[in-house]
Amino acid sequence: MTDKSQPIIILKNVDKHFGHVKAVNNISLEVMPSEVVVVIGPSGSGKSTMLRCINHLETPTAGQIVVDGKVLSHKGKDINAIRREVGMVFQQFNLFPHLTALENVVIAQTVVRGRSKQEADRVARQQLDRVGIPEKADVYPGQLSGGQQQRVAIARALAMNPKIMLFDEPTSALDPEMIKEVLDVMMQLAEEGMTMVVVTHEMGFARNAADRIIFMNEGGIVEEATPDVFFDNPKHERTKLFLSQILH
Amino acid sequence: MASTDTPSRNRRGTFIDTLSGLPWWFFIILLGALFLAYSFFVDETYSDIFIFLKDGVAMTIRVTLTGYALAVTIGLMTGLGRVSKNPVLYNVATIYVNIMRGIPILVNILYVAFVVTPPAINGINVLGDWLAQINLLGPENVLAVLSVRQVDFSVRGTIALAISYGAFEAEIFRAGIESIGRGQMEAARSLGMSYVQAMRYIILPQAVRRVLPPLGNDFIAMLKESSLISVLGVRDMTQLSKLYAASSFQYLKTYTLLAFMYLVMTVLLSIGVKSMERRLSTND
Ligand SMILES: Nc1ncnc2c1ncn2[C@@H]1O[C@H](COP(=O)(O)OP(=O)(O)OP(=O)(O)O)[C@@H](O)[C@H]1O
Ligand SMILES: [Mg+2]
Repeated sequence: MTDKSQPIIILKNVDKHFGHVKAVNNISLEVMPSEVVVVIGPSGSGKSTMLRCINHLETPTAGQIVVDGKVLSHKGKDINAIRREVGMVFQQFNLFPHLTALENVVIAQTVVRGRSKQEADRVARQQLDRVGIPEKADVYPGQLSGGQQQRVAIARALAMNPKIMLFDEPTSALDPEMIKEVLDVMMQLAEEGMTMVVVTHEMGFARNAADRIIFMNEGGIVEEATPDVFFDNPKHERTKLFLSQILH
Repeated sequence: MASTDTPSRNRRGTFIDTLSGLPWWFFIILLGALFLAYSFFVDETYSDIFIFLKDGVAMTIRVTLTGYALAVTIGLMTGLGRVSKNPVLYNVATIYVNIMRGIPILVNILYVAFVVTPPAINGINVLGDWLAQINLLGPENVLAVLSVRQVDFSVRGTIALAISYGAFEAEIFRAGIESIGRGQMEAARSLGMSYVQAMRYIILPQAVRRVLPPLGNDFIAMLKESSLISVLGVRDMTQLSKLYAASSFQYLKTYTLLAFMYLVMTVLLSIGVKSMERRLSTND
């Protein structure tokens, strides 16, 4: 179905302005199937906003976005159709607190994908297994550690069989000892060929997992390169300054 | 001197603190209730009054239950309108809430019963005739032949209470929905759920737990305010008390019993609401 030689995400001159704030300013970007793109940049540079434009949690002020061959028009049913192909993982996990871990993973499968309860249950257990916490199926999010919650959130997104996964600082709200368990899951996903766009400050992950790194500043893309080039030979002064700050 | 004085004053202080910390208000109410219960037992007038009021109790409960069920339904729909991004839904809901909050319930009861009902029945008749014309219903169908006289004042009063309280419940639902973080809606939508699905499966189930205690309090309030429909001559507890008192001149005993009956019902209900509140907060 998906043509491996065509970009699966296309952003063409996308703007997103909040009043005077140009959160995203004329961004163009293409992501190929199975590509892992890591987005880094200082706070307020528009990383989250760009990511949220891809699944239309933010409606772009201008420009065009094509996901999996479908043009995201301003409104309409196709938005839900696209979102179901695009999984999203949030910094604050956003698990549904009134549902158990298993139910969190089941609900959208039944409601959106129309799967039977049994089928959704089976898929959910499989996904919880994949992220390494099958034993937490019947536990409510409030009783899970941050790392476990984030892994349930990843399982919840994966259960929809998305073609693309978006991550917005998935480890920023975690205690240091839990970061690794989440990054390991993401690394495994990357190896399995999932198309991923990841906003993160984890430079180790960026170096090891990314096919391409994008550096954003003030709503625009300043530099994009492979990890080796990006970390060892950055071209722009702004990138060098940022790297010197973040790598000490 | 001072060294012996201070500790003894402290001791007295803690004793007084303990005393004043006791729920005296509860003991006093309890005492009053016991005294009243005793008088009801020994004084036959009270049982006469009670027998006279019995049908009124049923009416009060019926009006409150149906009115409340309607009010919560109206409130849920209006509350959803209040958080809607659809400008028509939002504005319709907001107009309704603001108008109803600005009109005394008593005035609304009079207005619905005497001003709104007759033309509303006319409208229903017209609808019935029209449905008969297009052969959906028979020529003499219920809608077409319904007359104003058939719409009992207890029904009008109940509808009026529901319309007034619907606005309060709407604001409770709105606050409950808005108290659920934005991230929940975003997570649901990012999984491909529509707005309605996200509301139905993610937002409302969480909001309902938060709105149950205030909704319970409004049930108690409505039980009390249902006494207002006595202005329409509806034979609820209050109306029957008025009738009994006026004919027997037993004003003190009649109204004391009436007040006591409302008090017992509301105190029992508020204990129920408190325990529900406690159960919900431990479940979180
Ligand atoms: N809903 C909004 N309303 C108004 N301004 C917004 C909104 N969302 C983002 N912004 C503004 O847009 C700019 C970019 O925000 P964005 O969250 O995309 O940055 P970011 O790169 O993700 O930053 P961080 O690293 O802090 O998460 C910021 O100046 C922010 O204040
Ligand atoms: Mg951000």
